[in-house]
Amino acid sequence: MSKVLMKGNEAISEAAIRAGCKAFFGYPITPQNEIPEYMSREMPKNGGVFVQAESEVAAINMVYGAAGCGVRTMTSSSSPGIALKQEGISYIAGAELPCVIVNIVRGGPGLGGIQPAQSDYNQSTRGGGNGDYKLLVYAPGNLQEMVDLVQESFDKADYYRNPVMVVGDGMIGQMMEPIEFRPAPKMDLPAQPWATTGTKGERKPNIINSLFLKPEQLEDHNIRLTAKYATMKENEQRFETFNMEKAEVVCVAYGTTSRIVKNAIVALKEEGIEVGLIRPITLWPFPQKAFAEYPETAKSILCVEMSMGQMIDDIRIVNEGRLPVDFYGRSGGMIPTPEAIEEKLRSMVGGAK
Amino acid sequence: MAMVYERSEGLVNVQTHYCPGCTHGVIHKLVAEVLVELDVLGDTIGVAPVGCSVLAYDYFNCDMHEAAHGRAPAVATGIKRVKPNNVVFTYQGDGDLASIGTAEIVHVAHRSENITTIFVNNAIYGMTGGQMAPTTLIGQKATTAQAGRTVEGMGMPLRMSEMLATVPGAAYIERVSVHSPAAIRKAKKAIKNAFQYQLDGKGFSMVEVLSTCPTNWGINPVDSLKWLEENMIPYYPLGNFRTPGEEK
Ligand SMILES: Cc1ncc(C[n+]2csc(CCOP(=O)(O)OP(=O)(O)O)c2C)c(N)n1
Ligand code: SF4
Repeated sequence: MSKVLMKGNEAISEAAIRAGCKAFFGYPITPQNEIPEYMSREMPKNGGVFVQAESEVAAINMVYGAAGCGVRTMTSSSSPGIALKQEGISYIAGAELPCVIVNIVRGGPGLGGIQPAQSDYNQSTRGGGNGDYKLLVYAPGNLQEMVDLVQESFDKADYYRNPVMVVGDGMIGQMMEPIEFRPAPKMDLPAQPWATTGTKGERKPNIINSLFLKPEQLEDHNIRLTAKYATMKENEQRFETFNMEKAEVVCVAYGTTSRIVKNAIVALKEEGIEVGLIRPITLWPFPQKAFAEYPETAKSILCVEMSMGQMIDDIRIVNEGRLPVDFYGRSGGMIPTPEAIEEKLRSMVGGAK
Repeated sequence: MAMVYERSEGLVNVQTHYCPGCTHGVIHKLVAEVLVELDVLGDTIGVAPVGCSVLAYDYFNCDMHEAAHGRAPAVATGIKRVKPNNVVFTYQGDGDLASIGTAEIVHVAHRSENITTIFVNNAIYGMTGGQMAPTTLIGQKATTAQAGRTVEGMGMPLRMSEMLATVPGAAYIERVSVHSPAAIRKAKKAIKNAFQYQLDGKGFSMVEVLSTCPTNWGINPVDSLKWLEENMIPYYPLGNFRTPGEEK
């Protein structure tokens, strides 16, 4: 198969269509507009449906309706839009429906800006919707991984009957890279006897619902959901490590920042400073397994993010107080330079060697 | 012996949770009978709202989808777009449709989504205990308008059928009532028309049904019917507000 040069947002759209996405509901917001634009053009050609909803609230509820019919469904947005979608995401998780949600993150809070940021870490992993629920959250670090994960997301969503979120920042959405569309590994997917397709008078009505008026039943539902999330936690943690063998400092960074950190690591290696990287590919479940053992050389951890420090809590939890955890971040759409990260790392190891 | 009346096959045989004398039950019955008479029950996917009819999915003998407060039209859009050959309807109260879900109902009409909406207007929030609705009448008491609704600060009651009839995409909009046997017969006819419009692919159809809430109005069921007739109908006139081919 040959490689094609594509812009991130368009690659996401094409990957979704190839994964069998048959319905896309969206609302414009920068920097992800190329996704609904691409979908409006390509979905009908591929036997799918595109609707520009009147709001993000409506878009996610359209997803909820289509997903209830057992159809592969997707929506995309950027930070303030995802905030509006949280109501529907909670309902979809509560009703255990599959769907894929793409968030091309921009800076906040509020209207914030339109430049890349990673300040939706909490919004993605903790959710802004009500109740005890979890999403499987992927944070690809390059476009090839992005298209692979988008395709896989549809299978994972169907497999777990749970929304899957793919988080990119404005940088990943807007940049171009050569990519190859390869068939995603196919999971053994369960049938969908629960889907609302009309009874045809041949079965009892199906009900898509998240209302449990009896507290015992709602508790049972939550216990069952939690068990599902525990399975996801065990089976879905994904991460990459880089230069960890003799690392003195262990950097933790995902998405765009992980690429910059890698450059800094290569540069510092020439100075004799050994820095490793743990790159979470799943933000939820957070890749605890990557932190099970540090190299003997490791003295501290540095969390690098384009935020004021949101992932740091998860790092502290899995680190269990073993190493000191430091932070370097830029916010508001500012992208950290490799030089600044190098400077920070030098200061942590007591200067150049 | 000839059977003169029986439960519609469109309804499940369960006990009702509605208050005695509440007309939600009558409206359920009409929708169910229409779906059976049009022979579409097995193809129907209904969307239940938030409000007293939140449990509508327990009563209709067809596939059902529960929606968040006000979002039923968006959920129905998602369903209808991926299942264009199914019959899709929303069942919504006035708090659901005329307050939190105003945007969704306007836009489902605006896109002329080929669905049918049953809009139950009882001029109050039933489920949450009698708070004011956008449709509460002037002078009508509610727990959040204890001296009665005034225009000042609360506005005039919102006439949704009239408003939606101005939306170009709306195909069929009719207001009916269920305060008397004659009115109920007319209501059923309108509901049947509305679903027929959907079956004919004509676009968005809505029937607003004036309904009672004896519990929160604080009036017994029989007097509630009278109160509806004497107070609601003058402000919410019955009749057709839009049929296709008619530009208003
Ligand atoms: C987001 C949200 N806000 C508020 C509520 C609380 N709530 C439940 S029912 C209801 C009012 C429903 O009134 P209406 O639609 O008129 O239906 P009725 O109960 O009168 O049949 C409200 C405000 C909710 N469930 N969700
Ligand atoms: S509270 Fe009112 S609307 Fe609700 S069931 Fe009782 S009478 Fe009907």
